[in-house]
Amino acid sequence: MGARLNQRFMILAILAVVIAVLPFLFPSSYYFRVASLVWVSALAAIGLNILMGQAGQVSLGHAAFFGIGAYAVAIGPTHLGIPPWAALLIGAALSAVLAYLVGRPILRLKGHYLAIATLGLGVLVALVISTESRWTGGPDGMPVERLTLFGWRVSGSYTWYWVTGALLLVGTWIALNLDETPTGRAFRALHDSEVAAQVVGVDVARFKLQAFVIAAVYASIAGSALAFMNGFINPDQAGFLHSVELVTIVVLGGLGSVVGSIIGAAVLVTLPQALTIFAEYEHLLLGLIIIVSMIFMRNGIVPSLSGLLLRRARS
Amino acid sequence: MAEFLQFLISGLTVGAVYALVAMGFTLIYNASGVVNFAQGEFVMLGGMVTVFVSAAGVPLPLAAVIAVVAAVVIGLLLHRLAIEPARGASAVTLIIITIGASILLRGIAAIVFDKQFHKLPGFTGEAPIDILGAAVQPQSFWVLGGTAVVVVALYVFLEHTLLGKAVLATAANRLAARLVGINTTTIMALAFGGSAAIGAIAGILVTPITLTNYDVGTLLALKGFAAAMLGGMGNPLGAVVGGLLLGLLEAFGAGYLSSTYKDAFAFLVILIVLFAAPQGLFGRRAVERV
Repeated sequence: MGARLNQRFMILAILAVVIAVLPFLFPSSYYFRVASLVWVSALAAIGLNILMGQAGQVSLGHAAFFGIGAYAVAIGPTHLGIPPWAALLIGAALSAVLAYLVGRPILRLKGHYLAIATLGLGVLVALVISTESRWTGGPDGMPVERLTLFGWRVSGSYTWYWVTGALLLVGTWIALNLDETPTGRAFRALHDSEVAAQVVGVDVARFKLQAFVIAAVYASIAGSALAFMNGFINPDQAGFLHSVELVTIVVLGGLGSVVGSIIGAAVLVTLPQALTIFAEYEHLLLGLIIIVSMIFMRNGIVPSLSGLLLRRARS
Repeated sequence: MAEFLQFLISGLTVGAVYALVAMGFTLIYNASGVVNFAQGEFVMLGGMVTVFVSAAGVPLPLAAVIAVVAAVVIGLLLHRLAIEPARGASAVTLIIITIGASILLRGIAAIVFDKQFHKLPGFTGEAPIDILGAAVQPQSFWVLGGTAVVVVALYVFLEHTLLGKAVLATAANRLAARLVGINTTTIMALAFGGSAAIGAIAGILVTPITLTNYDVGTLLALKGFAAAMLGGMGNPLGAVVGGLLLGLLEAFGAGYLSSTYKDAFAFLVILIVLFAAPQGLFGRRAVERV
């Protein structure tokens, strides 16, 4: 227990140091922007990893919640006069409620059926967003009012680097702690064998639903953060491709590994950025990256590497 | 009545395409357990290759054959380069690989061809035929007839040829199939090639009606997958029924309820069906071994 506490603290400390030190290596504000994108994607992926890695349930429509968070902070202040920070909370609450209501019937499904149900949910949300153009600006997207907190106008790549970095730290801290609670242990029991978990008295349906709601809230907050940061939002953020990217980040980093989600996000966000010189080949490269990383890193980067290190240490 | 008939025929036409995509899904799923999200890309390739080859002066029937061959080659490559190396990976990993493959194929198509919409001429003219007041494009009959031919051909192949029976055996139990001397790797390659051909045929048949571009595969794959699920994954007959049902639902939903949410009906129905009958309409109940 003590060793685990220590390990958790170490992970947080290393992450904090990385976030604090990176700016010294960045030559331009562009790098701050890319890093913020990594933090935001990592936040969403950590949430999804609680569902996929810990509770063992797949979601192919998770960008829906990302989109709800993003459009909440776009629509709330613009159309309804809600303060931006409150819109973020409302978005998270909406995502939680939707996840709760839809999760109960959906999470009874298994395997491919669960995949298609979550996929359907994602496509539906994306369709509503791109169709209700009176509210959402349709396929062209809409501008997002700047976030103001206690009179402080949060804007600029530098500021958002720190804000998203702080969000990621909090998200990581919660996810790491969750691992050690009875809830986290119930999640892992679910992942190993649902039947066995049920036999030892885990309320399977309730815990799956909890994991789904938590994952939805993570994605929603990440979506809100991205919308504030960009000052603009379009339906792609809620679309199928984005859902696939999130799942790829989780699997690439390593199922069940919080650190893995951060590293997975770093790889999948920065690699296409680094290859932007081939703008025309963007999709081609994204597809290649996904295929190659899934074939050669199918257990995830972090579990593969730590397995390797453990074997080295033993021999 | 004329309106009803109009929706019925357009629903069946679109449904026939969904049915072909769903059959492609089922064929690959049965032989290999892989859910192939690149299935829609075969449809796109069928349409796009035909458009560009026939634009280069090749007669349409020959261009169509070239398109089917091209799709089969891509299907075999997909199996050899992306699915075979990932043998033994988890279902989610395999799904992500095929999604990656579909993104890749779309990217290649955008470069090799272009991003414009393209049309093929109707095989037997464009003048609508009047059936009890409903205007029907002659191409609709090509789509329905073509689908029927593919369904019958697949049925005969699976039930009445040795190779087809080997496919069924592999689907039933891969290990047992290998033990009786069936080369399951060849069977899997065959499934990918066959399913690519079915997809390409669907693309060629429907392009005169719906147009095609590099991006049409995504939604088709999602809806074909939905249709396969609706019928119960792994059941070829279910795939056909699921596809036709989905097409009809969309046509009537768009006609009588809301045309802006045409694409939503498919997914709404899937959610409702899965809530009510978690194994699809014709699926078997899976029992988990502990």
